[in-house]
Amino acid sequence: MSTTNCYHCGEDCANTPIDFDDKSFCCNGCKTVYEIFSTNNLSYYYDIQSAAGATPKIVEGKYDFLASESIVEKLTEFNDGAMQIVNLYIPHIHCSSCIWVLENLNKINPAVSNSQVDFPKKTVRITYASDITSLKDIVLLLAHIGYEPYISLDDYDQKKKSVNRSLLYKLGIAGFAFGNVMFLSFPEYFDLASNKTNGGEYWLNEYEGVFRWLMFTFSLPVVFYAGKDYFISAFKGLRSKILNIDVPIALGILVLFVRSTLEIIFDWGPGFFDSLTGLVFFLLLGKFFQQKTYSFLSFERDYKSYFPIAVTRILSNGKEETTQIYTIERGDRLLIRNEELIPVDGILINGNAKIDYSFVTGESEPVYKTSGDKIFAGGKQLNGAIEMDALKTVSQSYLTQLWSNAVFQEDKSSKFQTLTDSIGKRFTIFVLSVAFLSAGFWIYFDSSKALNVFTAVLIIACPCAIALASPFTLGNMLRIFGRKKFYLKDTQTIEQLAQIDTAIFDKTGTITTSKKSVATYEGMQLTEEEESLLKNTLRASNHPLSRILYDLLSEQNIETLDEFEEHIGKGIEGTLKDSRIKVGSANFVGKNQTEASESTAVHISTNEIYKGCFVFKNEYREGISELFNAMSKTIQLAILSGDNEGEKQRLEQLLPKLTPLYFNQKPSDKLQFIKSLQEQGKKVMMVGDGLNDAGALAQSNVGIAISENVNIFSPACDGILDATRFTELFSYIVASKKAIKIIKWSFILSLAYNVVGLYFAVTGQLEPVIAAILMPLSSVSVVAFTTVATNLLGKKLK
Amino acid sequence: MSVIYLLLAISICVAIVFFIAFIISVKSGQYDDSYTPSVRMLFEDELVKKAPEKKSEPIQLNKSLNN
Repeated sequence: MSTTNCYHCGEDCANTPIDFDDKSFCCNGCKTVYEIFSTNNLSYYYDIQSAAGATPKIVEGKYDFLASESIVEKLTEFNDGAMQIVNLYIPHIHCSSCIWVLENLNKINPAVSNSQVDFPKKTVRITYASDITSLKDIVLLLAHIGYEPYISLDDYDQKKKSVNRSLLYKLGIAGFAFGNVMFLSFPEYFDLASNKTNGGEYWLNEYEGVFRWLMFTFSLPVVFYAGKDYFISAFKGLRSKILNIDVPIALGILVLFVRSTLEIIFDWGPGFFDSLTGLVFFLLLGKFFQQKTYSFLSFERDYKSYFPIAVTRILSNGKEETTQIYTIERGDRLLIRNEELIPVDGILINGNAKIDYSFVTGESEPVYKTSGDKIFAGGKQLNGAIEMDALKTVSQSYLTQLWSNAVFQEDKSSKFQTLTDSIGKRFTIFVLSVAFLSAGFWIYFDSSKALNVFTAVLIIACPCAIALASPFTLGNMLRIFGRKKFYLKDTQTIEQLAQIDTAIFDKTGTITTSKKSVATYEGMQLTEEEESLLKNTLRASNHPLSRILYDLLSEQNIETLDEFEEHIGKGIEGTLKDSRIKVGSANFVGKNQTEASESTAVHISTNEIYKGCFVFKNEYREGISELFNAMSKTIQLAILSGDNEGEKQRLEQLLPKLTPLYFNQKPSDKLQFIKSLQEQGKKVMMVGDGLNDAGALAQSNVGIAISENVNIFSPACDGILDATRFTELFSYIVASKKAIKIIKWSFILSLAYNVVGLYFAVTGQLEPVIAAILMPLSSVSVVAFTTVATNLLGKKLK
Repeated sequence: MSVIYLLLAISICVAIVFFIAFIISVKSGQYDDSYTPSVRMLFEDELVKKAPEKKSEPIQLNKSLNN
């Protein structure tokens, strides 16, 4: 049987395609979007990329808070009463069709004067006339065409960010000056050893001064603007008594500049302005290359990125009002609609709660709560509206108070000494001693050359190539990992990853998948007739669990049921001839649930007699056993789980022997556990997924978040790993170790160049042209070596 | 020989013009998103072509791709 795919979203239309305009749609939502597009002359959308759309999920009242003036004021970038500009994050942006339709919004809503998509960031910047339309209308329009923007508390708190483009300016200035100084150095290159006194080329000597002072002018912005970060960093390092790599660099730049200036003032020679500007340009190029950012990912998220801006509060007189969530106080009555997030801990008062805690724990199966039960912040209500009483304020809730821990205020990167810095320290000491020794030697033999040699050593030993080795190697590794769906925050993370000796894993959602496709039956044996009835009843239901169970059961004849009824949130009921089957929750089929079951189960009764249940098991990711066995040879492993010990035996079978397993760990326990390991001198990697791991991820040396959908969810971390690549984790760690080896090899390579350069410097023969050749040559060969080596490394990765 | 001053002045002026153009383009955010414009520039042409013959063949193509 061939399946029909939805013309709009490409999903399988299942049993009931909706035909419209000769095309099939999987649901009315998709059909509506198609209608909107085709009536507004936007059907070109489907020509650029087929089936690019998303099914709109519109929840009544979800965006009511956008009617509030103060919230609109906070969200918009620009607001002058008649015109507003807003920048919205839309996770669904994924292809050129998306760009096209979002940039043609004005065909649907003429009040939109301009909309511009930033594809890498997945944002759209919309300018609209706010006296004709409103932010709420715009957001609703986007939601109706399947491009629902993601608006969270984070957007509300955010100060309007200014983009930092200073590196681009600096790179531009250094490149500009480098090119011009090279150009102006040509007369000197052609006319090396001559000057006016020994009768050189007339016009080269005549205008020598002009060329030299022009070069000096060009080098000023390079030293004082483009290179200022090196001076600042070197100064900071010295103040805290650390010799970082920027100390010899800053020293090199300074000496180059001062010596060159003196040379042209006293007409000793042409100076080293070409080397100086080239050095700064190459160094900045390295910085620029290292600065690979995944702009659509965020590594600094906290709970604010997941929490809504506003909720509905029910006042004592029964009226509803939209309130900003920071203003919620203890005892407030809140209305949580379908698909809304619970912002604070509270007690359920009214309605049937079916809460999805996947943001918090990674467990995808929702839990059911009845009135009087305690519910926790971070859960998402999935089943109609509920009312709750707030027990705490937002920042004091069980989950959110984790963020008051000091670990979230610290900057991890400042504590870590990179390989370049540790080498830089020894290098600086070495260079300074060579400089002083050779200067001392020349004072003894020929004191006129002493200063010349001293400065020449500092110039030629400037560790340009060493400083470039690490950014180019790690920057390239970062890109290679990115292509393998392993996204790291910065290059430093690779160095940290290479040093890991302990790896801690969360259980639910990290080593288990969110998909449930294994079920075991417990209870009375079903007769053949009952099994057939069960299968036919399940066939009619669209509930995800029904569909999984349907696929698991053996093939049966298709029979049409006499009666079928679906009770939303409870279960399904089917009748054929004189047998009647009920499938669903325990209460629905008539079983009194006594013990609180942690696992997901589908209960069955026929003719009001309880038969048994299918228990869905957490499925472990494929290949984790092999992964853990490979890892355990070099890395200490442990599992930290927030769940009970129910899965202990299965885990023990999967994992290498004697792997420590810890259960019932609270978010703060996980953080403390990592901290205590670090106090024993361990370098810890934490692999987790939910917000409950956020503390541990922040505390660990490397926090890796596993994500089923990279675009949507991940807590603050150092790296995000696509769940499909989980089994490759160990090979990525090994690759990081090899990357560090590549850096060490390129250090040796650049040291070889330095030795050659030092020979010229120490013997007092350093001509500007030698410096001008040697410096770029060493830089270029180091860059070429690291690029080739890392690409070879990347090819071996799966 | 003082023509060399003129030549130098011209060459530096030209260089500075390009440099200013670079600064202006960075400032106006042209380097912030280096991907979207590459897609966007392909749209305009297609739009003009599309206007007379709406709902053309690509629909068939899509269907065969999906199955």
